[in-house]
Amino acid sequence: MTQSPSPASVGVVQTLSHTLQRALELDCGETLGPITVAYETYGTLRDRGANAVLICHALSGSAHAAGFHGQPGQAPGWWEDAIGPGKAFDTDRYFVISSNVLGGCSGTTGPSSPYPSTGQPYGIHFPVVTIGDMVQVQKALLDALGLDRLLAVAGGSMGGMQALEWALRYPGFVRSALVIASTPRLSAQSIAFNAVARNSILSDEHFAGGDYYGKEIPATGLAIARMIGHITYLSDEAMHAKFGRALRGRSEFSYGFGQEFSVESYLDHQGSKFVERFDANSYLLMTKAMDYFDIAQAWGGGSLAQALARLESRVLVLSFSSDWLFPPYQSVELVDALLANHKDVTYLQIESPAGHDGFLLEVDAEAAILRRFLAATARKEAA
Amino acid sequence: MSRLISERGEHSDLAAMIDWIEPGSRVLDLGCGDGSLLQQLVQRKGVRGMGVDIDPDHLLACAEKGLSVVQRDLNAGLKAFGDQSYDYVIVSQTIHQVRYPDRLVDEVLRVGRYAVVSFPNFGHWALRLGLLVRGRTPKNSLLPYEWYQSPNIHFFTLDDFKDFCAARQVRILKAHYLWDGQVRERLPFPNLLSQGSVVLLGR
Repeated sequence: MTQSPSPASVGVVQTLSHTLQRALELDCGETLGPITVAYETYGTLRDRGANAVLICHALSGSAHAAGFHGQPGQAPGWWEDAIGPGKAFDTDRYFVISSNVLGGCSGTTGPSSPYPSTGQPYGIHFPVVTIGDMVQVQKALLDALGLDRLLAVAGGSMGGMQALEWALRYPGFVRSALVIASTPRLSAQSIAFNAVARNSILSDEHFAGGDYYGKEIPATGLAIARMIGHITYLSDEAMHAKFGRALRGRSEFSYGFGQEFSVESYLDHQGSKFVERFDANSYLLMTKAMDYFDIAQAWGGGSLAQALARLESRVLVLSFSSDWLFPPYQSVELVDALLANHKDVTYLQIESPAGHDGFLLEVDAEAAILRRFLAATARKEAA
Repeated sequence: MSRLISERGEHSDLAAMIDWIEPGSRVLDLGCGDGSLLQQLVQRKGVRGMGVDIDPDHLLACAEKGLSVVQRDLNAGLKAFGDQSYDYVIVSQTIHQVRYPDRLVDEVLRVGRYAVVSFPNFGHWALRLGLLVRGRTPKNSLLPYEWYQSPNIHFFTLDDFKDFCAARQVRILKAHYLWDGQVRERLPFPNLLSQGSVVLLGR
């Protein structure tokens, strides 16, 4: 794991919000509106999008990708290491946009938002959204902001799914898609982890059919869901290095069932921290959107190669060697299908022990390729 | 995987390769290194190029040039590439470094209509003399490594390669020879005098 020196930051930023004028028809067939989108921008827009980079967040992310809310010294945005002056997404050169996804819980319309006619939260009645729906909302936001193209759309994990979806849904709008630690479709193993996470939430007695707003929340269920997530984000090697078999605050076994091992208190900490900021209904939606995501099925009648035929952008695919949630072989599958179509694809596997979290931790290796790929794409766009 | 580099520092085999490749064709460069050949082919011949390499630093160099490049181990084959999906497949100074050169040549001519292959000639007189006189594994500018550090796992001569092609119904359509830092179309006794070759292969 490398710690990048991050001297420069975009500084204090604000989350903005935009309400879309018209309702949108979702993949599930329902119509949803009005939709409010929370977003942040960094840098200066040129030429309606010639230097615009859309950042798509992963399951638990938000629009707050870089900089600080309030005074510096607070926790920065989730991809602070990669976004800012002189960083991979260099805000001196690029106009970076980051928005919260549809169905999320950090400002964009989601299950905790009020249903227009009653003013009560949507709760479980919020439509099951897809990655395509998230992208559709982002496109509507960019239209409203006056952009007519994107130099790049980038994201890791679920964010990478959005980047890929962008390139397929709006091929003429996107100059490049940066698909990081992601996949064209989840494996059964990854769906299984999501299913267990959802079961944990659904079986919490406080879940109450999703109607828990203003009451006790399904904190235990959501915390356990998050713990499962964290296990899958790390790797055997990373866990061994981070915790080993160390006991926390004691040197001998207690012969009881309290938390003893360091790894237990780590997971517990991650779980209880998470329930303070994330909505269980959104967690259900995000995991389901990932499970449903399958570009071969959505765009190619089951064939990955056929699906990618419609793509017009450059594609950068990055995988991480120890990622077992979005394993490198799935990135290779995507790359092979792009090769079969003679698309402009660049693929690199970053050697890392950090597991799926590598996309947030291996900043230096990642920045080296992102910076070059973006600069070359910008050169092509200017030519 | 270094290209042939002459004493003047020029990439001597590149000129011949660039010359042979038809404008606007599809080119796959296996072991593309820093991408300088592909870049020239794109700029001068307007080819649609794809690079393959395993070294992350090479990938970075290619990405910087705006080339398409994928990381892959050539020893794992070319399964991802369709039959006759490229006009030319370039294998520059790489064939003596893969585990099974015979499989690679078969695969290359499955994927490409033509193959452009360059390799050092272990039959060069100075290497023969070096082995005879010094009694040690010879080195030169194309084969600069100590035996225990060398990525070159096959040593063969130009005539070996010709025999290999004849036995496998592979036609050598064109051949140029590296001699004294220059690429020559004609060279007497090339198996003795050339330091390396670049050949255009087809079925």
